[in-house]
Amino acid sequence: MPPEARTKRPTAGSGIPASRANVARPVARRGGDPASSSPVFRLDDLSVYYGSFKAVRNVSMSIPQQQITAFIGPSGCGKTTLLRCLNRMNDLVDIARVEGKVLYHGVDLYDEQVNPVEVRRRIGMVFQKPNPFPKSIYDNITFGPKVAGVKGNLEEIVERSLRRAALWDEVKDRLKDSAMGLSGGQQQRLCIARALAVDPEVILMDEPCSALDPIATGRIEDLMEEIKTDYTIVIVTHNMQQAARVSDMCAFFTAEINEHSDTRTGILVEFDRTETMFSNPQDERTENYVTGRFG
Amino acid sequence: MIGTTPATYAPEAVRKRLQGKRFDAKGFAFSACLLAALLITVTLLAVLLYDVINGGWSVLTSRPIEFLTGSLSSAAADAGIGQGLRGTFFIAVFVILVAFPIGIGAAIYLEEYAPSTRLTRLIDVNIRNLAGVPSVVYGLLGFAIFVKALGSFTGPDANGRTVISAGLTLAILVLPIVIITSAEAIRAVPDSLREAGFGVGATRWEVIRSHVLPYAGPGILTGTVLALARALGEAAPLILVGATTGFLSGGDSYNLASLQGRFTAMPMVIYNWTGRPQPGFETATAAAIVVLLAVVLVANATAILLRNRYEKRR
Amino acid sequence: MAPRPGESGVLSVESLKGAPGRFRKESAIRRVFFAAAATSILISALIVLSLAGEAWTFVTQVDYSSLWTDGWFPRRGMYDVKTIFVGSILVTIVAMFVAGPLGMGAAVYLSEYAKPRLRRTLKPILEILAGIPSVVLGFFALTWISPEIVQRLNPESSLFNLMAAGIGVGILTTPLVASIAEDAMRSVPQALREASYGMGARKVTTSTKVVIPAAVSGLVAAFIIGISRAIGETMVVAIAAGATGGSLFNLNVFEPGQTMTAAMASMAAGTDAVKGAGLTFQSLFFVGLLLFLITLLLNVSAGRFVRRVRQRY
Repeated sequence: MPPEARTKRPTAGSGIPASRANVARPVARRGGDPASSSPVFRLDDLSVYYGSFKAVRNVSMSIPQQQITAFIGPSGCGKTTLLRCLNRMNDLVDIARVEGKVLYHGVDLYDEQVNPVEVRRRIGMVFQKPNPFPKSIYDNITFGPKVAGVKGNLEEIVERSLRRAALWDEVKDRLKDSAMGLSGGQQQRLCIARALAVDPEVILMDEPCSALDPIATGRIEDLMEEIKTDYTIVIVTHNMQQAARVSDMCAFFTAEINEHSDTRTGILVEFDRTETMFSNPQDERTENYVTGRFG
Repeated sequence: MIGTTPATYAPEAVRKRLQGKRFDAKGFAFSACLLAALLITVTLLAVLLYDVINGGWSVLTSRPIEFLTGSLSSAAADAGIGQGLRGTFFIAVFVILVAFPIGIGAAIYLEEYAPSTRLTRLIDVNIRNLAGVPSVVYGLLGFAIFVKALGSFTGPDANGRTVISAGLTLAILVLPIVIITSAEAIRAVPDSLREAGFGVGATRWEVIRSHVLPYAGPGILTGTVLALARALGEAAPLILVGATTGFLSGGDSYNLASLQGRFTAMPMVIYNWTGRPQPGFETATAAAIVVLLAVVLVANATAILLRNRYEKRR
Repeated sequence: MAPRPGESGVLSVESLKGAPGRFRKESAIRRVFFAAAATSILISALIVLSLAGEAWTFVTQVDYSSLWTDGWFPRRGMYDVKTIFVGSILVTIVAMFVAGPLGMGAAVYLSEYAKPRLRRTLKPILEILAGIPSVVLGFFALTWISPEIVQRLNPESSLFNLMAAGIGVGILTTPLVASIAEDAMRSVPQALREASYGMGARKVTTSTKVVIPAAVSGLVAAFIIGISRAIGETMVVAIAAGATGGSLFNLNVFEPGQTMTAAMASMAAGTDAVKGAGLTFQSLFFVGLLLFLITLLLNVSAGRFVRRVRQRY
């Protein structure tokens, strides 16, 4: 590992972040201290390539359970690429290839025997732009459970997922209407509900609010806060305020320019409690970024 | 002009400058030429339609049923296109059963499954070039394969010169068109839709079946209908696989056993009648053309309207 | 809710394998689609194989002096290839004199000048023209173009002539040329036009000096594909150019003549089997192979031009 990537693992006894109190929204914290629970993911010297282009290199970190972990950093630093490794969405890109390990509860996700489809059922994803299927709201929710072979009561799953995503009251009378008729914010909450419907353990969110207005963004952030009691959330965001508001842990990435090929490779600079990252970062680059002097 | 600064900004002077030249003769001439090109093309189409409808009207109005159901004959007054319609019908069946599933399947493979390897690129280029091979060459293929090599299957008593051979030949002829248009429709499906499907743990096929194909459906349908219309209008391959041009006994039955007998089809009837010197055949030909155009153009127009409607909706 | 691995503390590679039945089905479906795609390779191989065998027999057994005689009369053993080759070239030249200006003009008008509403009306009309079967245009060429246009221009010309056939082929090719050329024009980015208008250029200047040069590769491709289509067109020539049995060498477009395609059609038409002396049957395949190679060459080079436009924008 390069010396500049001072990846700090959360250590025991670092205390509950005081900043959480500022959120003024008491939430049941089943996860408790992030450091005390066993990690959901452990990345071990992970590098990602597209063909010969190295997009991300030598990332090692542990993502805690039932916490919100944010990936922040300037454009082109490989945050999204890394996020997509966590449920093997990168498999859909022909030329993508990883080196190193992504351990999910100790199992390497890139093991030959592991099926990416099964991985994605357990590790759901919400995308940058709301992408509901051009079908009814009902069909959007039930598609996942149906392909996963769920035999149970689909109506119940639909209601539970929509309630969880705080959308039920708005759409309960028009479940058979097309999802394309919803507003952008509603569409994104529908996408979250759709991800919840297959009962995943982890939800990956790739800049979920970047296409939304501030009010819709606020509702999604509230929603994340609420569901993290049951789910581990990893979110990529460009918005530092958002990271500060919602996340428990925060990873800062940056891009180093490769002199020979004029390409950029993402590296992990620092990974710590969000509070520490914003109040007392260890690395100068993190400090420059979070104070707005760079990026 | 560059470098000239208005001496005054008085409103009158500014307005005059902004008006520019009153009449742009060069621009007008250019656009007039372009419009003329378009209008000549459209006029030719109109003249063609008028010419055949005018020519065939008397036949279609004086003896419509006899003409549509009658058999080939050397007397123009008795000649009918029943056998031709039958052949064209069976050709359509073969194209739908053979070219559509294989073509759409190939398009799905190329767009959804194929890794970007050398083999995939080779298949892709190959299909594009196949679409440009003249139809008469496909006729030779059909002649060599279905008539000669597989004659005992396609028509043991007719030397293989049957509607089976013709249908398979035309299915192969339009296969590249089906693949290319279907692949274009599939390519137009946004990736975000696929990602959404994969994101909730669907397999490739589940994503294709539930999301990609429904979205690409209208585009695929348009392409396949256009391809079908093309197959129904082709005559050159039929000559090569030996559609009957003279008389045809039987050849008007729609039962399956008759598939292995001699046949003719609408474009062949038209080709044959065009070359007949006997009086009356010119009007009969025009009438047959009106029928063929009705079939082909209605199919085309439906497909085009369908596509335009769905394009507007997106 | 299913037990969460984190809570129960157990997760193995096994549990991430998924249901085997679902994935067996998945790979079976994939194989079916691959087979469909591979069919295209099979067809290409069959074309080459079915042409090459008989064509090879022709090349090895033909008396070479019969390839350079006064005309193409295969049933009499006269295989003057230049007669039908020149016939094809003449028809193609006439056709491109029609399809070039009409197709390109229509494309530029539709892409640069037509208001969206006019475009929505005219484009389908062009597409309908593209769907007209070639036998129909053959009939039209013989019964209308030849007497009404060609014989008025030149009263000496016979009813069956290469000129009428060429015009017919041209009309048939026009929508194809227009469609490819229009695609090329529309793929020129709007920003380029705006840059030109921004400097105060007029529409005609923008079209001729900015858009057309930017799209030139695509326009060339449209023209080449038009040529390829015109050379391969059979029925219009078979009906309107006359010369069913064979043809003397002829450079006069107002006289009957024969093209490679029409020669193939007339050899196969009207008889139960291809009859004739010696190598008539094989000559059919030889001409077919020649035609295949010519059009392949044209299509491949057109593909190059198309890719050049795509790469640039």
